[in-house]
Amino acid sequence: MTLVILALLIWLVAWWANVRLAETGARAARYAVPVIFGLTILVMWELIVRGLEVSPVILPAPTAIADRFAASLGTLWIDFVQTVVKGAFTGYAMGCSAAVLAAIIIDRSPFLTRGLLPVGNFVAALPIIGVAPIMVMWFGFDWQSKAAVVVVMVFFPMLVNTVAGLRDTDSMQRDLMRTYGASYWQTLLKLRLPAAMPFIFNGLKIATTLALIGAIVAEFFGSPIKGMGFRISTSVGQLAIDMVWAEIVVAAIVGSGFYGGVALLEKAVTFWHPSQRGRA
Amino acid sequence: MRNALPVLTVVGVIIVIWYIAAIWMNSTWALQMAERLGREMGFTDLVVATMTQDRPLVAAPHQVVVALWDGVFGHAVTSKRSFVYHGFVTLEATLWGFALGIVIGVGLAIAIVHSRAVDMSVMPWAVISQTVPIVALAPMIVVVANAVGVEDRLLPKAIISAYLSFFPVLVSMVSGLRAPNQMQLDLLKTYGANRSQVFWKLRLPASLPYFFASLKVAIAASLIGAIVGELPTGAINGLGARMLIGSQFGQPLIMWAALFGAAILAGILIIVVGAIQRAADRRMGVAR
Repeated sequence: MTLVILALLIWLVAWWANVRLAETGARAARYAVPVIFGLTILVMWELIVRGLEVSPVILPAPTAIADRFAASLGTLWIDFVQTVVKGAFTGYAMGCSAAVLAAIIIDRSPFLTRGLLPVGNFVAALPIIGVAPIMVMWFGFDWQSKAAVVVVMVFFPMLVNTVAGLRDTDSMQRDLMRTYGASYWQTLLKLRLPAAMPFIFNGLKIATTLALIGAIVAEFFGSPIKGMGFRISTSVGQLAIDMVWAEIVVAAIVGSGFYGGVALLEKAVTFWHPSQRGRA
Repeated sequence: MRNALPVLTVVGVIIVIWYIAAIWMNSTWALQMAERLGREMGFTDLVVATMTQDRPLVAAPHQVVVALWDGVFGHAVTSKRSFVYHGFVTLEATLWGFALGIVIGVGLAIAIVHSRAVDMSVMPWAVISQTVPIVALAPMIVVVANAVGVEDRLLPKAIISAYLSFFPVLVSMVSGLRAPNQMQLDLLKTYGANRSQVFWKLRLPASLPYFFASLKVAIAASLIGAIVGELPTGAINGLGARMLIGSQFGQPLIMWAALFGAAILAGILIIVVGAIQRAADRRMGVAR
């Protein structure tokens, strides 16, 4: 019981500190406040799990998860390579580049653009994740089927964003290119693709999460004896909940890292865009 | 309606490609069968043979339509073989998750707008929460719910749905509640309005168009959450469970039909929410 009370006390102190920090409005506070908040949650989780003696089958303490994580680095690495590197990254690269190419082709015909935008928007909102069993049927249990699911999942959001981006130049800018005597390809490479970059990166960012979801879900429909989805479903069966949490930690790190990486790339490529300016 | 013709053309092209894919992908099996029976196969025979398999690699569109029709109208609504029944199970979880997501999203947005400390502590974590693939958490949530004595599968599915759907609502509501400009805020100050009056009379009405706009994204995310919640959890009811069962018991037609059933359900939900949004926009006077 003392531990629970201690947890509440820590919460109050940390929250008071955060309120004070937030009021200062200092630059450092922008990073310090969320970090303090996150750490407080972790400490409270640890103390409450210990204080109330929650069974590790329901919710393991953060330290137990960290132990398990450190103890099974080898397994986690194998799963990471299988699911993320082979499944998600391959599918992501293939799906996104295919979508950008398709968008450039479609963009040449206004008729197709008008027809495809509503359809693509609609398909992007569908639970496409359901194609996972079909892809497993087509491409077998190994990573190829996972990559295929990822390709299908990222394709439509990416396509819709790229098509919208390619239409983002106004007639004044296009006319200017014409007065320069620029060819279609010159206009595309020097004006329209750069102008589409904010949209393309928006699609790329949405697709990072979708890629991981697709690769993990596809493993629930059949996989070799490695992979994050496989490990999660079997560990749940064995009530090895700390292992499940270790995989969740990996998924969280990979998910945030992947998203963060694309966001950094965006910052480097679209530094000229109003949404990026003034954010040193 | 200007877009009707292009859209129909695109849909038509997709269906044609689909048929060609069905013929191409299913032909291997059909040719093998013919060879085993020692029969020659003309092109017409081959096409017919690829359209009528029980376990096709690619189900032809009309097969999916037949399977869907059979699933929706061929059985009593309460039957375990009826898509209406399974669709309803999924819909229930979707709507509960949607409602929960709205409550969490709006609640957090109100807290964020009123306190800088909440804004700075919660907002970064809310963004990070969406980069974590929820499916990794899904089996976990079901086990925990079971362990604490919730037998029903509805609650864990609703939690997963809420996890996916709260974010669009949160983001839109934060911008909506901050939409009133300094002039309007100053006016209320000269009226001597206190914080809660500013909230009820200015911020909340100003945020409603943003709120309704976010609902369309939220309901789609919510349905995805409900279906994902059915996949890894050994559920036997719901559209996601039908896909899993179709895949494990070698009944691809059920799988295809469940996939399209889910797509149709998504379409209906998006249209309904879109209609609500337009009606609300008209009432608010922001419709174009």
